[in-house]
Amino acid sequence: MKAPKFAYAKPATLPAALALLDQHGEEAKVLAGGQSLVATLNMRLSSPAILIDITGIAALSGISTANGKVRIGALTRHCDIERSAEIAKSVPLLAQAVGQIAHAAIRNAGTLGGSIAFADPAAEWPACMLAVDAEFIIAGKSGERRVQARDFFKGLYTTALQPKEILVAIEIPLLGAGYRSAFLELARRHGDYAIAGVAAIAKLDAGKFRDVRLAYLGVGATPILAKGAMAAIEGNAYSAEVVAAAQQALGRELDPIGDLYSAPPTKTHLARVLTGRALAAIAA
Amino acid sequence: MDYEIETTMTLNGTQVTRRIAARTHLVDFLREEMGLTGSHAGCEHGVCGACTLRVNGDIVRGCLTLAVACNGKTIDTIEGVSDSGEAAEMQHAFHERNALQCGFCTPGMIMCAIDLVKNKPAAKREEIREYISGNYCRCTGYHAIVDAIEAVLISKQRLGGKS
Ligand SMILES: Cc1cc2nc3c(=O)[nH]c(=O)nc-3n(C[C@H](O)[C@H](O)[C@H](O)COP(=O)(O)OP(=O)(O)OC[C@H]3O[C@@H](n4cnc5c(N)ncnc54)[C@H](O)[C@@H]3O)c2cc1C
Ligand code: FES
Ligand code: FES
Repeated sequence: MKAPKFAYAKPATLPAALALLDQHGEEAKVLAGGQSLVATLNMRLSSPAILIDITGIAALSGISTANGKVRIGALTRHCDIERSAEIAKSVPLLAQAVGQIAHAAIRNAGTLGGSIAFADPAAEWPACMLAVDAEFIIAGKSGERRVQARDFFKGLYTTALQPKEILVAIEIPLLGAGYRSAFLELARRHGDYAIAGVAAIAKLDAGKFRDVRLAYLGVGATPILAKGAMAAIEGNAYSAEVVAAAQQALGRELDPIGDLYSAPPTKTHLARVLTGRALAAIAA
Repeated sequence: MDYEIETTMTLNGTQVTRRIAARTHLVDFLREEMGLTGSHAGCEHGVCGACTLRVNGDIVRGCLTLAVACNGKTIDTIEGVSDSGEAAEMQHAFHERNALQCGFCTPGMIMCAIDLVKNKPAAKREEIREYISGNYCRCTGYHAIVDAIEAVLISKQRLGGKS
């Protein structure tokens, strides 16, 4: 299908973009990589009066490290993260996950900020953001505010972002030595959104898991940080019993929405299987 | 508000300027305004890959790219890489191996395949399958396409080894 009629503006600065958003209110939509938005326009699932293309704002792209944090601009494309030696070294979880997002042609346009703002519950980045304990920097007319990733995802495709706000950057605290991560997902075809997936991080301290983070995708209306499963593992060494305790706890924490291919119990089962594999990978 | 925007892009090496409706995606612009019908519109929501082309050297979905967002950018289509000879070896391999039947997927498939040769010159069959997983072919069953791409990779590796 073809997109409905809309107007288009490409501001060169963040203040100009915010002014346009303020002027047009909920009639406007921010355009980043367009890999979700243009598809919904073409399908006429969305009909904004004006698109505000933010890709001309250079300050919103790029990866840098300072004060114990990695800062990634919202417009940084999936492929930029894929090619970044800095990310591979400092936030390996993102490097492990990125190849599973869609296909090369989509990773060349789609952005980290767009994926977070869109908040598909089966998307890779939102779950990763919970696992790395990211903080989001959000700009509005009255200035900047910061929201923890863990407070950001409110419901199905619903986030803490207000209509007149722009996600500017993502900050991720650097982890010290001894941390390991794993990103695993199951999809029917490479590049499809996941049926279920897990982003796992833990520190291995004398053989024991510490500071365990398990964030799940595809098994609820939002990405889910599974605190019960995390507690079941914390302070323990890898063993079949510990894995089983975590898998059991997951039954109380995940709330999968069934789809055409997988009923909720299937998704929970798959999330448990992936949990076992992720813990084994981290302990190995 | 601007519903039509004057847009200048370098299309297959030639600079073109047109007033384009904001809602027009790049494939419709190429097909209907520029007469370049090589890029195909299949699903128009990013799933099938028939519209694959290059913007600033990277392959993207033409159906998810607004033509007006290409102001100042460089676009290469299947017509461009055919005329320049860049795709010749891949096209020959597709022909040799019968890697197309109806041909609807072929332009997108070739754009993706030559991108793979550039970015993953050492790819094995499994990686070839992964790389083209975003390009649907409803005819060939993919086997012959993987063969054709593999043949090009192997021939390039041999040449590389000799020089
Ligand atoms: C065939 C296909 C397969 C895909 N598979 C996957 C997959 O497996 N996993 C996955 O994670 N994604 C997948 N995607 C989606 C892709 O990752 C998108 O790039 C991503 O969801 C949105 O990013 P974008 O930059 O393209 O945003 P856009 O499409 O431009 O925007 C998406 C939404 O976010 C808003 N927005 C964007 N940036 C900002 C910002 N900085 N501040 C405020 N609001 C903003 C927009 O207004 C819009 O509502 C797929 C897409 C396609 C077409
Ligand atoms: S037409 Fe663009 S992906 Fe199908
Ligand atoms: S040859 Fe017909 S779709 Fe591929």
